[in-house]
Amino acid sequence: MTVTDLKQSYSDSATPKINWARIEEAENFANTVKLFRQGKYDEDSFRRYRLQHGAYGTRMTNDYAMVRIKLPAGEIYPNQIERISQLSEQFSIGSAHFSTRENIQLHWVILEDVSEILRGLAEVGLTSREACGNSVRNVMCSPLSGVCPDEEFDSTPYALATARFFLRNPMSQNLPRKFKFNFTCCEKHGMVRMVDVGLIPQTRELDGSIQKGFKIFLGGGLGNRSFVGHQLEEFTPEEDLLYTSIAVLRIFDRLGDRKNMARNRMRYLVNDMGWDKFQNLVLKERAIVRATQSVVTNLEVDHTPSVIKRPIKISDESGNPNPDGYTRWLKTNTLKQKQSLYHSVFITLEAGDITSNQLFELATIIREFSSEGHARAGFVQNIALRYVHEDDLPRLYSKLLTVGLAKSGALTMAAPIGCSGTTSCNLALTNSHRLAKEIQRKFLELKLDQDDDLRDSSIKISGCPNSCGQHGIATIGFFGGGGRVGKEMFPNYQMSLGGRSDGETMLGVTCHRIPAKRVIPVILKIIELFKQNKKSDDTLKDWIHRIVNGKEDSEIKSVLDMRKALDSLTIPPTKEDDPDFYNDFGSDSSYHTKTGKGECAA
Amino acid sequence: MSQEKTIKTTTNVDSLRSEIRDKSVRVIDVRREDDYKQSHIPTAVNLPLANLLSDDSPERVLKLVNSMGIDDETPVVVYDDTFGALASRVAWTLEYLGHSEVSLLETTFSTWKSLGLENDNQVPNVQSKEHSLHLRPDILATSDYLERSKDNSDVILIDNRERLNYLEQHIPGAINLPYRTLSTPDKILRPKDDMKRLLENRRISGDSEIITYCGSVGTLSGLAYYALKSVGLPNVKLYVRSFKEWKGLEKPIVKQQDAHYWDLSAE
Repeated sequence: MTVTDLKQSYSDSATPKINWARIEEAENFANTVKLFRQGKYDEDSFRRYRLQHGAYGTRMTNDYAMVRIKLPAGEIYPNQIERISQLSEQFSIGSAHFSTRENIQLHWVILEDVSEILRGLAEVGLTSREACGNSVRNVMCSPLSGVCPDEEFDSTPYALATARFFLRNPMSQNLPRKFKFNFTCCEKHGMVRMVDVGLIPQTRELDGSIQKGFKIFLGGGLGNRSFVGHQLEEFTPEEDLLYTSIAVLRIFDRLGDRKNMARNRMRYLVNDMGWDKFQNLVLKERAIVRATQSVVTNLEVDHTPSVIKRPIKISDESGNPNPDGYTRWLKTNTLKQKQSLYHSVFITLEAGDITSNQLFELATIIREFSSEGHARAGFVQNIALRYVHEDDLPRLYSKLLTVGLAKSGALTMAAPIGCSGTTSCNLALTNSHRLAKEIQRKFLELKLDQDDDLRDSSIKISGCPNSCGQHGIATIGFFGGGGRVGKEMFPNYQMSLGGRSDGETMLGVTCHRIPAKRVIPVILKIIELFKQNKKSDDTLKDWIHRIVNGKEDSEIKSVLDMRKALDSLTIPPTKEDDPDFYNDFGSDSSYHTKTGKGECAA
Repeated sequence: MSQEKTIKTTTNVDSLRSEIRDKSVRVIDVRREDDYKQSHIPTAVNLPLANLLSDDSPERVLKLVNSMGIDDETPVVVYDDTFGALASRVAWTLEYLGHSEVSLLETTFSTWKSLGLENDNQVPNVQSKEHSLHLRPDILATSDYLERSKDNSDVILIDNRERLNYLEQHIPGAINLPYRTLSTPDKILRPKDDMKRLLENRRISGDSEIITYCGSVGTLSGLAYYALKSVGLPNVKLYVRSFKEWKGLEKPIVKQQDAHYWDLSAE
């Protein structure tokens, strides 16, 4: 059998349905960079243009950019993954990064090479357009939408249609600030109250027939100040989805604070105005939008069912080299779908990073194992392979193992989030990225991923207060800053407890400041305290939830008790006793804070 | 037309096959001897790169060239299985010796094989020939030369190592063009128009003197040497001892400061 024969056996594998790209944008970008370098384009206009095309600035330099590739609804096809593998090797650092918002980021790209990436992406239908800047950012959808046992219906087509409607739409080119939509499958797997517009599919019976619609939450979001979103109304029928979205955007566009960049996300507007007033405005605006559209504007929702076809097995290798590893992986990385016999398999990456080679192999693995022929990016810097037949799971595990993608604990507390931190971000104060990797390694070494009591908890780390690492919704969350002993500085984290993003969404409660090099011991100490005080069917998440809400009756009754119990771990040693304490992860020189200008609000 | 010479840097698969049939070419396989013995392109002789590098003084290379049956007029095509980098280093060495009829096979041996093209394990009988020695110092950069000329505004210095290595340390003034940027999945060099656009975006064009270097022995930068030649850039030099020598001589090095970029790598 030759290579070409092999390729033919999955020649009918899915190819992208939607082309998000416009090839001419690559050439425009190249020309604009040239003009900018020749001084014919001023700094501010260029920055806005660059961000609108998905190229973000890089820490302490103007020579490099980060290209953020949007994956609307998280969908990504094998040929697209192959292309990103190639581009990451050619123009980035040989690795790519899966973000928390279903983007793939290529870091440390030379500004003059960005256009080549845009070109390469366009050839496979992908875009980075409006992935940064004051625009409608990538429209997210739960990686389980369509397969979640608890969902009312699949919201993926609505997420894709929303993304299509707003991409390059004049109404979303110059918003006061960025704007985010999250669709989900159900309460449990959602992130709907922590975003500008969050949507959960639901149905109701109307005159004997089933009507589709959404529960819509507005004005939430994580950041320097975070807010929980509010539900607009009991039920928003699907016909009103687009009108509602337009109405909200129009209000934001009109009333959003264009002067004060630090407080101009829509959540501040909602907070300043008060929810009742904002809600009223949205409902009125929606009526106007509905009445004044000169033509009937509808979302083009594609309801064509996706083709589910189990790939033909092309090799007979069934061998499972590591039965213990398989059991552990099966338990902590896979979920049964509502479609019987099928599973969704999650691949956890250390802080979202994956090598070019792994991406290349992943494309083949998707073709060989996913009966829907593509993959989804998840919410936690991970990847989901869905529609894997249960009989194929052992083979898939072996395959993933050979390419280093079979790390267990994907769906557990052992898969922390770390934003990019000082690896590339201008605003970062600490190396949150590496810390997340260190925690994951420690958790897997201690096999904590297998502990059912910890399974539904989470750890999330940001390198500054701005929440890209989503620390506010973590069971144990951290954001970075500098600590000081006399003249010496050390990397430090503010720890919060009890954050969550499900039906009972709340922001974490501030607990303590933890030096970077003590974060792991502190987490382990919290787990130890939990084990000592837990009730029989408690999880860590439940226990902490009771503590932060003043409902716990054991030794640790409050956040203050927790603080005291951890005090001894947070005391800085002298530099002579422990010089390493004063260095951040990934660094062998003394820590100091250094930041450049952020571009989120450019 | 001006003096711009169309320089053939790569030979395509079909041409090589007909040249082999016509017996009008000397093919050099630069892979390790074991690999060569298992199978190679018909009529190819073996010159493992390590063998060449063990002593690449002109006198010795001349002997090697003679023993491979190459005289001044013999067209030579070089191939490897390492995306063209090793082949480039050998080809450049021949050029340096004064041999002008040398090009790279457009693809690697693996791709050649996967296309189902002929290969065998026969070692050809080669009649020794006499090649002249006309060294080409104009395509060679030494550390002294580099140090003198790198601050010249008309000199472009290119580092062909991977991005992270470049960020960690590089020769002051160098720009980074990782070797992977130069190829496509099935060809060792991008198509000419593609390459031209890429280089022009990076402002690598015109009559500037261009010097390439990489990590240690001039393989990755050898490939870049041919990439630049493939779009007709007239004045390219290879700093053949590259960064290893530069560092060993304790010459100045710069680093991208204040960022932990290594921690973004999933390696």
